Amino acid sequence: MQTTRYEAPATVADAVRLIQADPDARLFAGGTDLLVQYRMGVHRPSAFIDLKRIPELVGIAVDARGLRLGAATAAAVITEHREVSRLWPGLVEAVHLVGSTQIQGRGTIGGNLCNGSPAADTTAPLIVNRARCVIVGPEGERIVNAEDFVIAPGATVLQRGEMLVAVLIPRPAGRTADAYLRLIPRSEMDIAVAGAAVSVTLDAAGVCTAARVAIAAVAPRPLLVPDAAQALIGSTLDDESLRRAAAAASAAATPIDDKRGTVAYRRQVVGVLTRRAASMAGARAGAQK
Amino acid sequence: MPKLHVQTSVNGDTLDFLCEPAETLLDVLRNRLNLTGSKEGCATGDCGACSVLLNDRLVASCLVLAAEVDDQRVLTVEGVARGDALHPVQQQLLEHAGLQCGICTPGIVVAAKSLLDHNPNPTETEVRFWLAGNLCRCTGYDKIIRAVLDAAATMRDDRSRVSA
Amino acid sequence: MSGEQRFKYVGTRPIRHDGLDKVTGRANYGADFTLPGLLHGHIVRSPHAHARILAIDTSAAAGMPGVMAVITGDDIPKTTARLMMGEGGFDLGDMGDNLLAHDKVLYQGHAVAAVAATSPELARAAAEAVAVHYEVLTPVMTIDQALAAGAPILHDGLTTKGQPAAGVPTSPTNVAMRMELKRGDVDKGFAESDIVVERTFTTPMVHQGYIEPHACVARHGEDGQIVVWTSTQGHFNVRDCSAGILGIDAAKIKVIPSEIGGGFGGKIPVYLEPVAIALSRKAHRPVKLVMSREDVFRASGPTSGTKVRMKLGAKQDGTLVAASASLYYEAGAYKGSPAGAGAMCAIAAYRIPNFFIEAYDIVVNRPKVAAYRAPGSPSSTFATESLIDEIARRLNMDALDLRLKNAATEGDQAPYGPKFGPIGLREVLAAAKAHPHWTAPLGANQGRGVAVGFWFNAGMNSSATVSVNTDGSATVVAGNPDIGGTRVAQALMVSEELGVPVERVRPSVADTDSIGFSDLTGGSRVCYATGMAVIEAARDAREQLKARAAKMWGTDAAHVGWDDGTAIPLNGAGDRTPLTVNEIAAKLAHTGGPVIGRATVNPPMAGPGFGLNICDLEVDKETGVSRVVRYTCIQDVGKAIHPSYVEGQMQGGASQGIGWALNEEYIYDREGHLENPGFLDYRMPVASDLPMIDTVLVEVPNPLHPYGVRGVGEVPIVPPLAAVANAMRDATGVRFTDLPLSPPRVLEALATD
Repeated sequence: MQTTRYEAPATVADAVRLIQADPDARLFAGGTDLLVQYRMGVHRPSAFIDLKRIPELVGIAVDARGLRLGAATAAAVITEHREVSRLWPGLVEAVHLVGSTQIQGRGTIGGNLCNGSPAADTTAPLIVNRARCVIVGPEGERIVNAEDFVIAPGATVLQRGEMLVAVLIPRPAGRTADAYLRLIPRSEMDIAVAGAAVSVTLDAAGVCTAARVAIAAVAPRPLLVPDAAQALIGSTLDDESLRRAAAAASAAATPIDDKRGTVAYRRQVVGVLTRRAASMAGARAGAQK
Repeated sequence: MPKLHVQTSVNGDTLDFLCEPAETLLDVLRNRLNLTGSKEGCATGDCGACSVLLNDRLVASCLVLAAEVDDQRVLTVEGVARGDALHPVQQQLLEHAGLQCGICTPGIVVAAKSLLDHNPNPTETEVRFWLAGNLCRCTGYDKIIRAVLDAAATMRDDRSRVSA
Repeated sequence: MSGEQRFKYVGTRPIRHDGLDKVTGRANYGADFTLPGLLHGHIVRSPHAHARILAIDTSAAAGMPGVMAVITGDDIPKTTARLMMGEGGFDLGDMGDNLLAHDKVLYQGHAVAAVAATSPELARAAAEAVAVHYEVLTPVMTIDQALAAGAPILHDGLTTKGQPAAGVPTSPTNVAMRMELKRGDVDKGFAESDIVVERTFTTPMVHQGYIEPHACVARHGEDGQIVVWTSTQGHFNVRDCSAGILGIDAAKIKVIPSEIGGGFGGKIPVYLEPVAIALSRKAHRPVKLVMSREDVFRASGPTSGTKVRMKLGAKQDGTLVAASASLYYEAGAYKGSPAGAGAMCAIAAYRIPNFFIEAYDIVVNRPKVAAYRAPGSPSSTFATESLIDEIARRLNMDALDLRLKNAATEGDQAPYGPKFGPIGLREVLAAAKAHPHWTAPLGANQGRGVAVGFWFNAGMNSSATVSVNTDGSATVVAGNPDIGGTRVAQALMVSEELGVPVERVRPSVADTDSIGFSDLTGGSRVCYATGMAVIEAARDAREQLKARAAKMWGTDAAHVGWDDGTAIPLNGAGDRTPLTVNEIAAKLAHTGGPVIGRATVNPPMAGPGFGLNICDLEVDKETGVSRVVRYTCIQDVGKAIHPSYVEGQMQGGASQGIGWALNEEYIYDREGHLENPGFLDYRMPVASDLPMIDTVLVEVPNPLHPYGVRGVGEVPIVPPLAAVANAMRDATGVRFTDLPLSPPRVLEALATD
């Protein structure tokens, strides 16, 4: 019987050394996906490398430049943070949607990203908030934009020996807000069938001067949709521009049929979610002084 | 592969145990510490029957490695009552008949206690979403939700009485 | 007449005696038990839905260190025995073949071998080392596939029993049974109808969804004496099935029931116990078997997926005059779906003079179905109540008035034969009309649906003893696992009879050695039949106490009366001071020794139950997502012993039915692999999916029971399927005939409507 080691390094350098030396080891943050896969026999790693004892991987810092989220920060810690909730309500909504209260007590922002799931709830709002991923490996540090981090279902840009250390999000400009909506059949406890994140910036007249739209669970990876953003920019987020944004999101979607939804359903619904999220983000931005 | 030696606090007792590196906290609680109050309904974090508090944070013990709790604090359902005084959630579940078969009850007790620790005055909707990870197949949740809301009210009354 | 009975304890809501252990985590369930030297078992399961077993090589597994036993179907004798239970029974040959397949595997997850080892990890590794060689066969996954000409045949020896359809080959076949129910002239009835509605409905295979996976420990002694600790709805059933399958005397087996973490019918069959016994016999050590959640979904439980074609005819004034229906129920891998019960329940709520109903029991390569709460009734009722709703709409009649016009009542002949005694359907409908929910305004995008449901309820065999202790407290012992508050109900009955306060009565569930035979906890029969045994046992104890009082007074027992826990003197003993239970009990040793009341019962009839649900559904028409926003359950419960637990049965059954209507379903791929064997994708309702569920207890006493009790546990799951679908119709204008009403299905229908 193959046995699995447990390691709890105290520094990023030690963690990097461990995963570089042993490609079959798995980084372990919240464990909410890894232990399920282990239990189901999907993965039988040689070691679990627990990251939660590395100080710089855990915690939240907000300053004038923006937000730094340690990769192993649990979802519940993020949702309880008032300043983060105020500045990035859509991101926090998404974090709050990741599984049950129990899962949020363990699951981490970095884990959600590193799983590489097309349906991850937090990736799309990270993308629209221009998040940058801080990666450390044997060669040192590099930064990758959130929209480039996931490359295919279950696959990310991380190379052998590399790990995600933190996510950086710039402080939003004035009258900027985000929103995230997903569709699940129940009210909780499901994987997204489709999701949409939108960030908009409004001028004093309520005209959208900047926007980003990203969609989830409707493509091999969470997808930035510039066409949908273009439909919003220059508009007052009126019905017609929202409709065009929705159409652009639907057009960008390349979903699959599976037990959670059909191609036609996902494509249609992602447009609805995009429209609603844009409207919600607009209302939030407009409410700011 | 040698077993790991873990020193921890469970329900206020300082104790230690040996475990396999990949063994879950739930398995150690049940099989090594004889704390069988935490139940395994799924082993994938989807049912909540194994809920415990880890450093006051609600978690599914089936998704925690036992090795991780070294030097941490664990509270299981067995530690929720104080001596012969039941926690208000436990008392209200009894009075409302908020359990039928009772297999989900330990998880509900721990999760609801955790909610009231965080939020002494939850709305019905807040209770329902907080407990969305605790499946109950018998009750339709109605009496559980009422019990938790009444437990919250009881605890608020107790607090105001103390402060008065 | 029991309707005039006054009760002191019955109808109150004391805290259940087993409650403290359950809120503190002390209560022991199936997987909580351990023994010194315990081995851990693991079951090897088929990856294929349909295959012939060519060879099983266990040598590698058996040779692994720490592996103490490996068994296959060869260790489970093939038998033709049956075990009778109530009106039906179990085919022990099928059950044994389901435990460990002998020649063919018939569904993905079908057990083919089992190992016992010194740790769960070793057992799992050994199970992986068992090499099974299969000849993969084409799976039969649906009713239509099973009935198609040239369909692969699951069982070469299967013939159509019952009333086979004329001109259809009865062998080889996948149709295990066909039955008919008919009355009047159905063709004439339709010809006389002013309107006729006809549709075909389908419901998916769904699981009972109990949170506790199956688990047991078995110890086989060298002397052949066997003890089994298990989570089951019927430990006598486990004993007798295990004995019958393994070919040993029932007296060799003692079964000790643990607390049970839900069952809903799914913990009636044996899945593990005989396997654990066989492993223990081989290993000479106790063996524990615990199912994973995945095993539970793949290889235990579910209830039938169904297809029902139904036609109803009515007069312009709403009078129903004709019904016809064809019911097709999946049995899973072995014969025995609840198609017959589905047929008998389908139109039981209504007086319909002309009907013809046929029902088919069809084997498919899915797990063998088990009972699930009113088995058979929800699916056929979904069809009936949807069509009734349609008739009400077509005739522009109030949906409750239409039902009241046709509702069955005392003296009507039920479609399945007997005449109804006092039943509460009309009272339930009247309560619905009076309920504020029925006339409350609806919000935007909301719709309201109503449906009724029927279940027979069971009687069967029960035993009970009531002992009076010398301090005047009492102990009641019965043989039914307590799955939802039956112990406290039994204690209330003893209190009522003896006048002993309920907290001074200790209710207990005894093992198979310690109480007389008791049929399982199911069929909504425990408060009814076992309750009857408890009441009779308590009355037996009371008569003995009266005799002791007579002895203490030096008079004849005929001169002793009884009032609320006190022996009172009657004519001829007028000068004696009344004696309380405590006073009589204190003298038991001097008046003849211990007092134990005992009773065994087997009531042949039970008293049918009717319920009604009102559902308000809100639909997001752009996404197809719907939410139940208000829900009311109204049911004739006869007499509620502990009203809180009666309400709980109604609320729990409603939520299971809502799950069935909205999201739950078994999803198989084309090869017959189950794609959602976990709680994440088998979407049972979570707390945030539901509103509070209002309950109204209608009490039309059942004359067959001393207090008027009717079974209450199963009726609640019958109405929700149609209540939800009718609400969806009201909200969207679309009649949905296929469940579940999942968002993609709803959106697609709205788009094409």
